[in-house]
Amino acid sequence: MEISLRDLLTVIHGTGFGALFMLAFSGAIGELHGAWSATPQETLDTRGQMMLRVYLVGMVALAWLTVLSGAYIIYPWYRAVPPAGVVDLTAFPRSLLLSSTHTSGWHNVGMEWKEHIAWFAPIAMTMVAYVYWKYGRGMNRHRVMRTTVLGFTAAAFIATGVAGAFGVFLNKFAPVRGGETIHLMKGE
Amino acid sequence: MANIDASSTVSLTPNGDGMAAILAAGIGCGALGMFAFLGDAFKGIGQFFNFYYPAGTLSGVTDTAIIVWLASWYVLAKRWGGRDVAAGRISFIAFMLLAVGLLLTFPPFMDLLQGK
Repeated sequence: MEISLRDLLTVIHGTGFGALFMLAFSGAIGELHGAWSATPQETLDTRGQMMLRVYLVGMVALAWLTVLSGAYIIYPWYRAVPPAGVVDLTAFPRSLLLSSTHTSGWHNVGMEWKEHIAWFAPIAMTMVAYVYWKYGRGMNRHRVMRTTVLGFTAAAFIATGVAGAFGVFLNKFAPVRGGETIHLMKGE
Repeated sequence: MANIDASSTVSLTPNGDGMAAILAAGIGCGALGMFAFLGDAFKGIGQFFNFYYPAGTLSGVTDTAIIVWLASWYVLAKRWGGRDVAAGRISFIAFMLLAVGLLLTFPPFMDLLQGK
């Protein structure tokens, strides 16, 4: 069982960081809504608030790791320009997609959207984590702020969903492959 | 995390710090959309944003948006920290900036604005 270095790093980017971040939204939205919808005297205790703070900071770390690894490790491999005369474009995903009208939309819409919209998530979630860290259950008294923070959390969730979904599709049609081969296990 | 604490009271912290972070996030998202659009629409701006060649224009667009976001957060927090501000109006502006940012990163909308 073996895998190429680029395959492995793409999996870490998409599944290790991105999918884990995406999964964490269900907990964050539920907890934030629950923590702020009760009356000020009926919200999380001190330990619960600290757990939610740590949870949100973990999400922020995952969000930044996802976009930074995507933009500075995976994306350069994706957009590499093939040398003149190269016919087999499998090592050049962007060029491979653009070589056919049947697949060019995956780059022109999919990747072009994904590469930008993904960045909304870490910006929004950094703000959300900061506001919760600062106010905790005191947010109950700031209704507009609470609603806005939940709105930005929802926007971050949508942005992550768009980026993640296109990431999966792009990896189906033009996977980022190559580099050193890593042997994980000996076959039978 | 479902434990509740019904015994203690909560003091009302001024909303300025939180609203500064919210508006700054809106500015960052709006800036990201604006830079992405400008980099796509104008070749010279696209080349300017090419901070790191392997990642192309994306590197400059995102790096610059992050700088704008953090700088605006710093300035707003200095101005609004420790006091109350008009939350409704600031929230509306933040959502508008977020919407602008989201629209300007959507390729069909970018193409529409450029007449493609």
